[in-house]
Amino acid sequence: MWKYSVALVLAAAAFAQSPKYGVGRAASPEEIRGVGAIIAPDGTGLPEGSGTVAAGREVFAANCARCHGEKGAGDIGPQLVGGQGTLATAKPVKTVGSYWPYATTLWDYINRAMPFDKPGTLKPPEVYAAAAYILNLNGIIEAGQAMDAKSLPKVKMPNRDGFVSDPRPDVGPKAR
Amino acid sequence: MLGGMGPSAGVQFEPGVCHERGAAMKNEKKSSRRQLLHAGAVLGGGMLVKAEPGSANGSLGTPLGPYGERSPYEKAVRWRRDTKTPETGSSFTPLADSVGTLTPSSLHYERHHAGIPDIDPAAHRLVIHGMVERPLSLSVAEIKRLPSVSPILVLECGGNSGAEWAAQTAPDVQRSFGLVSCSEWTGVPLSLLLSEAGARAGASWVIAEGADACRMERSIPMAKAMENILVAYGQNGEALRPAQGYPLRLIIPGWEGNTNVKWLHSLKVADQAYMARDETSKYTDLMPDGKARIFTYQMEAKSVITFPSGGQKLPGPGLYELTGLAWSGRGRIERVEITTDGGKTWVKANVQEPRLPIAFTRFRLPWRFDGREAVIASRAVDESGYVQPTREELIAVRGVNSNFHFNGIKKWRVRADGTVTNVEV
Ligand code: HEC
Repeated sequence: MWKYSVALVLAAAAFAQSPKYGVGRAASPEEIRGVGAIIAPDGTGLPEGSGTVAAGREVFAANCARCHGEKGAGDIGPQLVGGQGTLATAKPVKTVGSYWPYATTLWDYINRAMPFDKPGTLKPPEVYAAAAYILNLNGIIEAGQAMDAKSLPKVKMPNRDGFVSDPRPDVGPKAR
Repeated sequence: MLGGMGPSAGVQFEPGVCHERGAAMKNEKKSSRRQLLHAGAVLGGGMLVKAEPGSANGSLGTPLGPYGERSPYEKAVRWRRDTKTPETGSSFTPLADSVGTLTPSSLHYERHHAGIPDIDPAAHRLVIHGMVERPLSLSVAEIKRLPSVSPILVLECGGNSGAEWAAQTAPDVQRSFGLVSCSEWTGVPLSLLLSEAGARAGASWVIAEGADACRMERSIPMAKAMENILVAYGQNGEALRPAQGYPLRLIIPGWEGNTNVKWLHSLKVADQAYMARDETSKYTDLMPDGKARIFTYQMEAKSVITFPSGGQKLPGPGLYELTGLAWSGRGRIERVEITTDGGKTWVKANVQEPRLPIAFTRFRLPWRFDGREAVIASRAVDESGYVQPTREELIAVRGVNSNFHFNGIKKWRVRADGTVTNVEV
């Protein structure tokens, strides 16, 4: 593999203690928060608040159903519900319920990207609620449950163990 | 003559024979005379019948202008697949109309998930935070002050040619292979910026995020971040185009386009991959056993014939220069082979030097079309020894539902009447 000459010199210095160029200013906590929430699969970054499946039904009807259908069957936006058990068939249906390995991704993505035409406008409790509703539609959590920073990372998605690392090259003379 | 041209090969400006840049000087006299003769023949015919304003006919042309535009006679444009939400979708580079190895910025393929933001570079900042000693906030001007590099690199969408998994039916090379382009990118090594912030022990991933409406997010292993990633602000000699991430984007040599986060505003240093939607729900490759490959970042060796290609028509039997593009996310193209008999025999194409790593490599080969139907295709081999597979070889291992990372050999059928189509229409 090739590298840039500058990168070569600096590669070893990633974990070095003192800056060489001293550019930029210290990023303030407000500035870092201002970038927006970034959620890890262990729940790092999840904010306070919670949302029930029942509240999620309302949030979804008001903000999501016109594109994803009332029950998440898909329309202008992709299908969000169903498809479990289809991944190894000739017609796999990949949805939040059948394919996504982590429930935290659902919170992260709704919070940053949905509703598609007004992204970033939902409050954290509404995002928890919408996520809870979609998880319930997929039969992953019970109708009486609420989602928050503690419970969401604990949700075991059906396809949690469905991913493998990249084995390529997998064809031809160089196949492993 | 059909063999590959080595670096010492001389220059011939015969039609259909590629010439090599380094040696061009020696034969300048001979070649320029021939080119003149050729040009004269073409122009002479035109001037007798037409008097265009500003051509050599006694009238002046238009005055000088501040920012160039192409000739109004040139019509090549990106093709966009219709989507119900036009802010998410892709537009494809017109590869059949491209010459040489660089893609004009205006024709670079696009893939956006929430539209193109309008960002004032004076107000834009890149925040580096998470597991670092010194969380940093950098202006675009500060980034431009740092040591920079300008590699020429191909950029290919992880979903390029995705329709080929199901059937080779896309009518032309633009729609089947056009989510790939090649530019010169200028920027600062990401390793330099990370060193300035000082990653803490245990840091193993960098989570990149864009400032577009959906804040596009991808996880990048620290090892790659320290190897050769760029925080780029320049493309083909000027600032990035808005559609290409103005004012800042990641350029990750050899990796699927989606990881090259545009409108970059945040780099979070972390100890785990964040499993973003676009690295779990999308850009993962579903195998026949129901398991999906994740973090399939690298784009493998690929090539395609751009002339003659789908939708074109050869005017009749005769000698043609067959040409196309090859590239590999693993490095240099070692050679390109061409078949004109549906894969029974292969000959080495002439490859344009210099062959840059992870960049478009132009190949050419003279070919006599004898008026009989022919199936033509190209096959690239990269410096790692990886051979571009057939579509059938790929499907044998991965099935037809993996959606992404298709790099199978592309066949075109040249019919007896000269029309060129896909092999499955
Ligand atoms: C204006 C139409 C629209 C609205 C309203 C909308 N979405 Fe979407 N949604 C989309 C589109 C389009 C995509 C695909 C985006 C892309 O191409 O990246 C999408 C993608 C998604 C996905 C990812 C699906 C996958 O499998 O990758 C989820 C989850 C989602 N939306 C949830 C929601 C929720 C929850 C709401 C309400 C808060 C919502 N959407 C509102 C159009 C919409």
